[in-house]
Amino acid sequence: MATTADGKGGHGHASRRDILMVAATGAAAVGAAYAAWPLINSMNPSADVLALASTEVDLAPIQEGQSITVQWRGKPVFVRHRTKDEIAKAAADDKAGLPDVQADAARVKKAEWLILVGVCTHLGCIPLGQKATEGRGDFGGWFCPCHGSHYDTSGRIRKGPAPRNLEVPQYTFLDDKRIRIG
Amino acid sequence: MSGAPRRQYTNPVIRWIEYRLPIFSTVEATIGADMPTPKNLNYWWSFGGLLTLALVIQIVTGIVLAMHYIAHGSMAFDSVEHIMRNVNSGWLIRYVHANGASLFFLAVYVHIARGMYYGSYKYPREILWMLGVVIFLIMMATAFMGYVLPWGQMSFWAATVITNLFSAIPVIGEEITTWLWGGFSVDSPTLTRFYSLHYLLPFAIFGVTILHIWALHVHGPNNPTGIDVKGPQDTIPYKPYYTSKYLSVFSAFMMVLAVLVFFEPNYLGHPDNYKPADPLQTPAHIVPEWYFLPFYAILRAIPDKLLGVIAMFGSILVWFILPWLDTSRVRSGRYRPLFKQFFWLLVIDFLVLMWCGAQPAEGPALIVARIATAYYFLHFIVILPLVGWFERPKPLPESISTSVLGSGAAAPKAAE
Ligand code: HEM
Ligand code: FES
Repeated sequence: MATTADGKGGHGHASRRDILMVAATGAAAVGAAYAAWPLINSMNPSADVLALASTEVDLAPIQEGQSITVQWRGKPVFVRHRTKDEIAKAAADDKAGLPDVQADAARVKKAEWLILVGVCTHLGCIPLGQKATEGRGDFGGWFCPCHGSHYDTSGRIRKGPAPRNLEVPQYTFLDDKRIRIG
Repeated sequence: MSGAPRRQYTNPVIRWIEYRLPIFSTVEATIGADMPTPKNLNYWWSFGGLLTLALVIQIVTGIVLAMHYIAHGSMAFDSVEHIMRNVNSGWLIRYVHANGASLFFLAVYVHIARGMYYGSYKYPREILWMLGVVIFLIMMATAFMGYVLPWGQMSFWAATVITNLFSAIPVIGEEITTWLWGGFSVDSPTLTRFYSLHYLLPFAIFGVTILHIWALHVHGPNNPTGIDVKGPQDTIPYKPYYTSKYLSVFSAFMMVLAVLVFFEPNYLGHPDNYKPADPLQTPAHIVPEWYFLPFYAILRAIPDKLLGVIAMFGSILVWFILPWLDTSRVRSGRYRPLFKQFFWLLVIDFLVLMWCGAQPAEGPALIVARIATAYYFLHFIVILPLVGWFERPKPLPESISTSVLGSGAAAPKAAE
């Protein structure tokens, strides 16, 4: 029951109208946030994009020293069959003052197979070094030509603007010569 | 101007409408072209009008392109080729749109430099200036997304590199990029949302432009002397004096556009963008469009990812506080001997950055980029405030009118 026409309700108490105002504004704000969320969330990956989440790779044809690129979730994945030298070099560099410290052993499941997301952690270019004819940078791994990041034979960042090592995707060995990425 | 009483219209139709919807008087009071204008505006003042023309050209050609273009990862590239080969005059419309974007930026850089030289950002035009910076930012977003649409190699990798800038945000960076892409890499969902925004943002520019012109009309344009209009002797009507001047500049602009479109349509583009996007192969040397090069150079000059991104955005955001960084009360660079030299140094610095942005980020070019980046920020944050303190400005003319007519009879007033 409104006692005053000016809506002040008198005597320093909150009037019913004040309470209605606060409650309605609050409800409208919460409602607006709820209504905005589906619009924002619709821009996240859709179900079909999420469904393409795993890829199988046959390792048998990859010779020692060779690298192949497969596509997983629209991104390249590097699968490198490392040589003894490359493995030794990667392990030796574990204590070489790495920008993003990680032991080589923690980045592989089997030392000869190095599996990496082939996307530079700087701004997303694809580093060179998959073919022996491409420059592999100062550390024998990969070199990103976009802004000059050098990765070593464990895919760790050694020099340049990239902040992190090349990402190791989730993968499992299905048997000795087959992996599933994702 | 703002306080002017609303006019009585003689045309009965206008009067009928005006009584019900006062649109004519509102337009006249805010953005109408009929305002007394300083009589000494030079050609650098034509670039504002030119920008409006450029925006209209982009919107008109864009709407027609949109009728033939298909925003899908597997069809976009071919649809642009379809525009080029099959659509009647498609090549012409696309080349006007692509080169029009370049000239749009050329004009906006001149327009901004004009504002900086003549101190147009100073009291009471701070909001006018800041709205301009907002327009420039939306323009950059629009042009970037437009460049992605043809879905060539440069489109794809520009989209990748620029969206990855957001992954530099601590903690939630990865989530934000995934959200921007609508996937785990740049792909069709990214293209379609860019298309939607590329269509939308020019109209946002249009809206902010109206605010920009409204703010302009409140205190009128600045002028080459930087001193205020003191009375009718300092002004001439906009029509026909400035409209005729603008029309000649418009024609020159159209001629330059025609030369580009008809003789060198791909001069400002990059040949790699005629290769379809390939997510598994980054081109050996990726470069943005020329108008983004200075900012790209700043990004790469800094060896840390997050700081690089901050510096790149900061290099534009710093313009927002320019009215407060410049401590001099004299507006025009004409009467500021020291400022004038630093202004030209900044222009050179900007061009050097532009050159650096096109070079591979290594060796001497990288060192030059670092020095030029440092100087760029030094100019705004250190030099400008100090110059305002230490500089002894030249005497200002008595009025716009005396400066134009050169009647040195009256003794020049000492600068404050
Ligand atoms: C601020 C205004 C605008 C700017 C700066 C701009 C800029 C650009 C740029 C740089 C391109 C790439 C050109 C190329 O290399 O092929 C482009 C493409 C395109 N734009 Fe715009 N644009 C603007 C307004 C619009 C508007 C309003 C529309 C639609 C209504 C539009 C529709 C398109 C379409 C369909 C394409 C793809 C076809 C093509 O690549 O030529 N644009 N735009
Ligand atoms: S994207 Fe690889 S160095 Fe920048």
